[in-house]
Parts: sequence; structure tokens; C-alpha cells
Amino acid sequence: MIPAPFEYDAPATLDEAIALLEKHGDEAKILAGGHSLIPMMKLRFASPEHLIDINNIPGLSYIKEEDGYLKIGAMTRESELEESEIIRSKYPIFTDASKLIADPQVRNMGTIGGNIAHGDAANDHPAVMLALGAEVVATGPGGQRVIPIDEFFFGFYMTALQPNEILTEIRIPSIGAGTGNAYHKLERKVGDYATAGVAAQIAVDANGVCTYAGIGLTNVNATPLRAARSEEALVGKKLSEETIAAAAQAASEDCNPSTDLRGSEEYKRSMVRVLVKRMINKASDRI
Amino acid sequence: MKKEITVTINGEAHTVEVEPRLLLVHLIREQLSMTGTHIGCDTSSCGACTILVDGKSIKSCTMLAIQADGKSIITVEGLATVEGLHPLQEGFKENHGLHCGFCTPGMMLRAVELLEKNPNPTEEEIRWGISGNLCRCTGYNNIVKAIQYAGAKIRGEELPSTEPEFV
Repeated sequence: MIPAPFEYDAPATLDEAIALLEKHGDEAKILAGGHSLIPMMKLRFASPEHLIDINNIPGLSYIKEEDGYLKIGAMTRESELEESEIIRSKYPIFTDASKLIADPQVRNMGTIGGNIAHGDAANDHPAVMLALGAEVVATGPGGQRVIPIDEFFFGFYMTALQPNEILTEIRIPSIGAGTGNAYHKLERKVGDYATAGVAAQIAVDANGVCTYAGIGLTNVNATPLRAARSEEALVGKKLSEETIAAAAQAASEDCNPSTDLRGSEEYKRSMVRVLVKRMINKASDRI
Repeated sequence: MKKEITVTINGEAHTVEVEPRLLLVHLIREQLSMTGTHIGCDTSSCGACTILVDGKSIKSCTMLAIQADGKSIITVEGLATVEGLHPLQEGFKENHGLHCGFCTPGMMLRAVELLEKNPNPTEEEIRWGISGNLCRCTGYNNIVKAIQYAGAKIRGEELPSTEPEFV
């Protein structure tokens, strides 16, 4: 399979990349890791006239803690997340997710920014971002703007990014004491999209009362879905078996999975219930 | 519009004109006639087209040739040296790590990076490490043993037995 013809630029700076976006508008696509875009181009599901390769732009790949945030450069590869000491020791939810994203070779190319900017509810990072209450930084001709993750995903492959903007950074509020997180997706085989996936971050106070709950769902809705009622079911309560069961039930009712080759709607709802329960427990165990 | 790129493959620099849409695997196989890199699924699932780009294993069916401009590539043709087979090639040979051989170049190049990052992987780490490479003949037991053998050889340790297991 061979993509349709296109023009290619590999700018050396972000300013040049944005200028090219300004020039070509909707006809241009950003090439990051390329492991969503190139397969789509090979299948001719996407035929951009211009490809702007941002792999040669320095300074877009980093993982650092700064100003109360964990900041991740958009071009950070999945394999770099997997191997990062900060991530392994303090943000195990990323280790859970990275290990389940595609396979090692794809993770050598795939980037966290691309995974989010693609706007695909079947990708894994979006649900993680919802659970962690992340923000994304979009850089355009007028500079940077910060977009809360809840205002980022609009629809199938649709995000808040404007045609002249590039997602450049992900900001995650630093996790304090008493906080744990976890992610798991049910997949039929390595490299498959999730049958269902659940990301959870839980914080509790000294009395064991839940002070924060973030729960994001993968591939059971047209967009990455925040399980808002599940979060409400947890905050202000002790994490008893009943409370967790109520949160899990709410998520299974509020998601909108479709029947496909990965399973029926009923099966997926059931898996959401099971995974929400497991991820809340796993996140709490990691506190 | 074609653009000129220079790619170093197995130590040799090649300057070629490519259309931006040319896939890296097609450059290697068709323009440069190195057919050791295979095309299996053509959808970045099977790993048969795995090569090393600047030391990292990637699937060359899902990278554009133009993206490899200025980079250094190792394909299966670059594993053996004048001194003999690469430890992974020896491992696959000694442990019956292949039947038809279609997946083997990709398996070995993936394992090169795996062993570089983790010279003494557990069986689970090997199986997880080659999870992006499909073999449809042998099953994976002998492939795992081949990688363990290569690991031992690279570490300079006593080589594990290559007697076949009958089960």
C-alpha cells in the first residue's frame, strides 16, 4: 500500500513549522511518530497534500517536573516514557499505558503528543489525561495557549487544535502524597485497540476519605470519556467495596460502546464495570 | 517532487532521489536491492520489516524513506562480519529458531536492540520484547532460546545447551 502523493517539509524550528501550517492550512498534516497517520495515508483514508515533519525540531522531547507540573514534550516517544525514571517511580499509570500501546517498535516511533492530537477515542493516552486532569499546550502564530483536557476532544478525530496550531506540551498537575493511579486496557492481542480501557487516579486524606477521583475511559464512546458520575460517587466518601461498586456501575451505564468484532455492547459495558473497579483498587493500592 | 537524501545502510552511504511518499522498506528492497528486509503485513503489525534506524528498532513499512535522510540504518545484511555470524544469527541457527525464515530478519534486528538495552533479559522480558514480531511457523520457544543463546554469547558466558526439547 502506497500513500497518495504529497509535498514534504521537515522544518528545523517550530516557527517555520507554524508558518508552513499557516500557508497550507487544512491541506497540511503534522507528521510526528507517524504510526497513526502513515497507516491512514497508506489506506488512503487520509491524503494530505503537505506533510510537515516535526521530527527535526529540537526541544520537543523531554520529561520534567516544573512549577507544580509534570511536563512532557509532545515529541516524547512512548519508549522514552517507558524508560523514564520520573515516570516509573512517580507516575506508574504511564508505565501501565505505554506497555500496552502497540508494540516495542511502534513505541520507538509513536509520540505522546501524536497519540493525543490524533483525537482517537481508541488511543490510550486520552483516557489517562482525563484521569490525571491534564492540560495540553497548543503553539500557534500568536504563541502558546493552554487547553484543559476536558475542552480538547470534540468528536471522532476532532480536537480543539486549530489548523495553524501544533500540540507542543502536556502538563499534568504534580501528584502529591496520598495519590495513586493506574491504567489497564483489555486487548485481544498485542497491538490491538482496546475492547475497553480504564484510567483512574485516586487521592485520599489521612482519614481515608477520597478527595480526588479522575476516571477516563478508552474506546467506549465517540470521544475519550470522563466517567463523571463515577468520580462523584467516590469523592467525599471512604473507598468501601460498596462505593467502588457504585462508581463502577455508573461508568458501565454512562459509556456508549458499540457492538463490533471486539465484543457486544453488553460485554463492553460489563468490562468497563470490572476494569473501573480494578483500576480504583489498583490506584488506591499504589497510594 | 523528488528530493535527494543520503542514507547510510550497514556502513555504506547511499545518495538517492526519492518521492516523499516512498516507504523506507521499498527504498531498501526495490531501489537498493537489499531484500533481506521483508514485507509481511504492510500494516506495522507483523514486524517482518524491522530494521535499526540510529540503533532503534522500527518497522520500515511505516516510515517514509525521506525521514531516514542523514540516518544510519542496519538491516539483516549488516549483522554478520568477516569474523562470522552475529551472535543472534548463530543463536537462531543453533536453536532451530526458524522454519521458513520470513520473520527471522525482523526478529533478529528487534533482538539486537532488546539485548543492547537489557543484556540479560528474563524469558518474560524476551517474549514481551518480541511482541511486535509474528512468527507463524515454529512457535516462539526456539526463538526465545535463540535470543537467550545470543545474550549468553554477548555476555561472554557459557552457552546454553542447544539440544532440542521433545514434548
